[in-house]
Amino acid sequence: MTSKKKLRIKIGEIRSDIGLLRNLEISVGKIIGEEWAEEVGPTPFPSITDLREWDLKLLQRYKPFYMPFCDLCCLCTFGKCDLTGDKRGACGLNMAGQQSRIVLLACCIGAATHISHARHLVDHLIEKFGRDHPINVGGLNVEVEAPVTRLVCGVKPKTLGDLEGVLDYLERELTRLLSATHTGQEGSNLDFESKVFHAGMIDQVGMEIADIAQISALNFPRADPEAPLAEIGLGVVDTTKPVILVIGHNVPPAAEIIDYLMENGLYGGVEVTGLCCTAHEITRYNPKAKIIGPISWQLRFIRSGIPDVIIVDEQCIRADTLIEAQKINAPVIATSDVNCLGLPDRTKDEVNRIVEDLVSGKHPGALILDPAKVGEVSVKTALLIAPKRMKFKAIPDVNDIIEGAKNCRKCNECRRACPNDLPIPEALAQALNGNLNALADLYEECIGCARCESACPIDLPLHSFIVKAAEKRLKEEKYKIRVGRGAIQDIEIRNVGGPIVLGEIPGVVAFVGCANYPKGGKEVAEMAIEFAKRRYIVLASGCAAMSIGMYKDKEGKSPYEIFPGTFDAGGMVNVGSCVANAHIAGAAIKIASIFARRRLRGNYEEIADYVLNRVGAVGVAWGAMSQKAAAIASGFWRLGVPVVVGPHGLKYRRMLLGRKDKNEDWYVYDARTGEKVYVGPVPEHLFYAAETKEEAMVMIAKLCMRPNDTTKGRAVKLSHYIDLSKRFFGTIPDDVHLFVRTLADVPITMRDEIMEILEKKGWKENIIPDPTLLPRLIRRRKGE
Amino acid sequence: MARRAEPWQTAEIPGPKKALLINKPEIVSALLKRSKRPILIVGHKAGEVKLSSGSLIDYVIRIADLTKASVTSTPVIQREFIKRNFKRVVGMPIVDIANRLIDKEWKGFNGEGGYDLVVVIGFTYYVSWLILSSLKHFSPQIKTISLDRYYQPHASWSFPNMSLDEWEKNLEVIVKGLEVK
Repeated sequence: MTSKKKLRIKIGEIRSDIGLLRNLEISVGKIIGEEWAEEVGPTPFPSITDLREWDLKLLQRYKPFYMPFCDLCCLCTFGKCDLTGDKRGACGLNMAGQQSRIVLLACCIGAATHISHARHLVDHLIEKFGRDHPINVGGLNVEVEAPVTRLVCGVKPKTLGDLEGVLDYLERELTRLLSATHTGQEGSNLDFESKVFHAGMIDQVGMEIADIAQISALNFPRADPEAPLAEIGLGVVDTTKPVILVIGHNVPPAAEIIDYLMENGLYGGVEVTGLCCTAHEITRYNPKAKIIGPISWQLRFIRSGIPDVIIVDEQCIRADTLIEAQKINAPVIATSDVNCLGLPDRTKDEVNRIVEDLVSGKHPGALILDPAKVGEVSVKTALLIAPKRMKFKAIPDVNDIIEGAKNCRKCNECRRACPNDLPIPEALAQALNGNLNALADLYEECIGCARCESACPIDLPLHSFIVKAAEKRLKEEKYKIRVGRGAIQDIEIRNVGGPIVLGEIPGVVAFVGCANYPKGGKEVAEMAIEFAKRRYIVLASGCAAMSIGMYKDKEGKSPYEIFPGTFDAGGMVNVGSCVANAHIAGAAIKIASIFARRRLRGNYEEIADYVLNRVGAVGVAWGAMSQKAAAIASGFWRLGVPVVVGPHGLKYRRMLLGRKDKNEDWYVYDARTGEKVYVGPVPEHLFYAAETKEEAMVMIAKLCMRPNDTTKGRAVKLSHYIDLSKRFFGTIPDDVHLFVRTLADVPITMRDEIMEILEKKGWKENIIPDPTLLPRLIRRRKGE
Repeated sequence: MARRAEPWQTAEIPGPKKALLINKPEIVSALLKRSKRPILIVGHKAGEVKLSSGSLIDYVIRIADLTKASVTSTPVIQREFIKRNFKRVVGMPIVDIANRLIDKEWKGFNGEGGYDLVVVIGFTYYVSWLILSSLKHFSPQIKTISLDRYYQPHASWSFPNMSLDEWEKNLEVIVKGLEVK
């Protein structure tokens, strides 16, 4: 695509057939020079309602199930309004409407975050590398460079400059969506839900724009299955060196830190470490950088006193970072206009003056909005302050814990504040005698929020007590993670497209999202390993990708060392940060495009229909916490990919659940004949929260089934579903008959027991259609 | 002792309509006896929680045996029921059960009609908090009882926050109440 953002023609005077024109001015918003032969589909740059019909089809089958998190609405001055039961608020909205409205608000926040992140990145990279810098996410291995953008917008970006027009579209849609949440706008919960899907879809485009821009300009791994291994864990940091810590998601300041170190020959003398997605990005930029861990490691790492200077960019950063940093005498540099932390703007000040003020402690931090200046200030500050700080920490010693245990009032406030209901008072009671084992055991399941400390009436630093008790484990946190590889290669899609669509690779399972785990990150690693061993394709991103890495087998290897990084059966593929999630959607889309040769361009509904009916992919966000995670999930729903969340995910207050007992919900058209065919509840749900890891694993296996599975594929998928169910529930699933279409679907090794069930349930054989939910895709009507 | 209707997780404050406290456990026995179509919903913690006379699931089975209540459990605890030779349990994820309960047309697991009394036990606090919220708002025809040891504001009736010992004593009273015909 060649585009110019604006064309302006000014003509002083022109004579024509219609007369004399003076001071004629023509302004055109955007010119697109088209070089793409593929026919444009029905919905390029779709508006809010262009895909509504598709959404309503999905919502008819996967009806919203609401669990109000608050009975009231307090969004306008009519309120508070009590919406309990079937009451309506002063504006006329009922509880279902209000819940879906809040979901839309959450998804708008999430989408806004990714889109604004993308806009900032694109602006910055254009300024640095120029508008004509080429998009290159995988060289010759990746021809479909931006599958989500091609699908949604119908454009094929070739340069960084091409991304600007796409961002214009996303920002416009986002504003429309947000306006729908105002009092007296949308009144139907289903229409709110359709808008939620729209928010998710544009979020997916925003993520793709951000990631392809940074891959192209910053030379991140380009769809490389053998991306290097990087170190991860609190124990991997060389504490004898000055340590710079970057937190957040938006990489330019962190990249400039690495550049400054390299350019000045200082890299070996300073440790660059990261938390959350900026950590992913710095290892994609330079694999010698180190990842400390997911978002929940923020407090424990800061309090450890190891970081000498802390750089924050945006998203998922603790709001009290400055307060925590002051406890260890480490200055904070804020680098984003969306997260200024109340710090003075020093962007235009001279570098050495800023450094002097930070090192002397005159100011606890600075806001610097110029990434290059952040690079220089951070390094100079770290080098000068490290010898002064001497790794001053805010972690108590054992005597402090014992003293704290003596003073504890056993009021239980800490436990009642803990999201995971951890038995903190009981563990503290054991510490009275110097036995810290119970406190140390809490470490594995602690999500690092420190709500326990805020709740404590005598201000015991309870989170720090836990961290101190687990000090030995912290030091042993030394693991390996494969650096985020970015996109999936076209050739990989060609190789596995058939086996996935036919069901012979039992599924693609993507572990994504945050670290609000019910029982620690180990569960994510265990799930990922189980599915990789079963020859599913396992993908990972964000904090979940880190949690998978922070696990060792008996030989001391992390999952990324055990399994290959290829997009193939048994692969363990880290795509990268949150914004790299777009490559997971991109892989599903590319299966339709590259393998099945479906037209991609502005053809959303058809591709989503393809994915829903044929691509056995499931997203798992076991610790989903943020609004971004909500938006990411909703992008997958509209694309036809079910998402499983952990129990905390129930707090998103709405699931999208199918009813397997309602046969009428599970009919599709056979595209060959137009006949309506019952295909069973596949996939059964679109958004589902599991209580336990075991329940999640069985559901994941079940949700990988699709109407299009061949008999061989369905037999493979069924055998995993049944095997996991027997292992975790001690019984064969009671719904197994719903997934058997013909006797050839029955796994041979389980034939006898399944046949018995089929007989008992009065099962009847059915045909396997060429499935679609879209009448327009029927090739020939029966009788024609 | 005066009990306070306070959510166990401090911030989980719902709205104006809150559960009545079960100050006398005999009320639960009476409600179960009076109900035409009761159902027990059992969470995975029923197998984990140890009481002086066994696991929580043993109390669940005693209550189930003394009533005509249907029993459904989250799938992961099914094997515990099987181990104890309790066969009339339907394994189903909690969100699926609740999604059926809010459907007024649903005829129940045995096809004989919807339920009028839902008893939940053995769940992670915030899980049943949210599920009970759904039932409170979207199935007003159903009464709900939380038998877990912490106050669940979205139920129709709930125990207050209590110690393990107190909880067990209360469960014992409920069982004894059900034994009286």
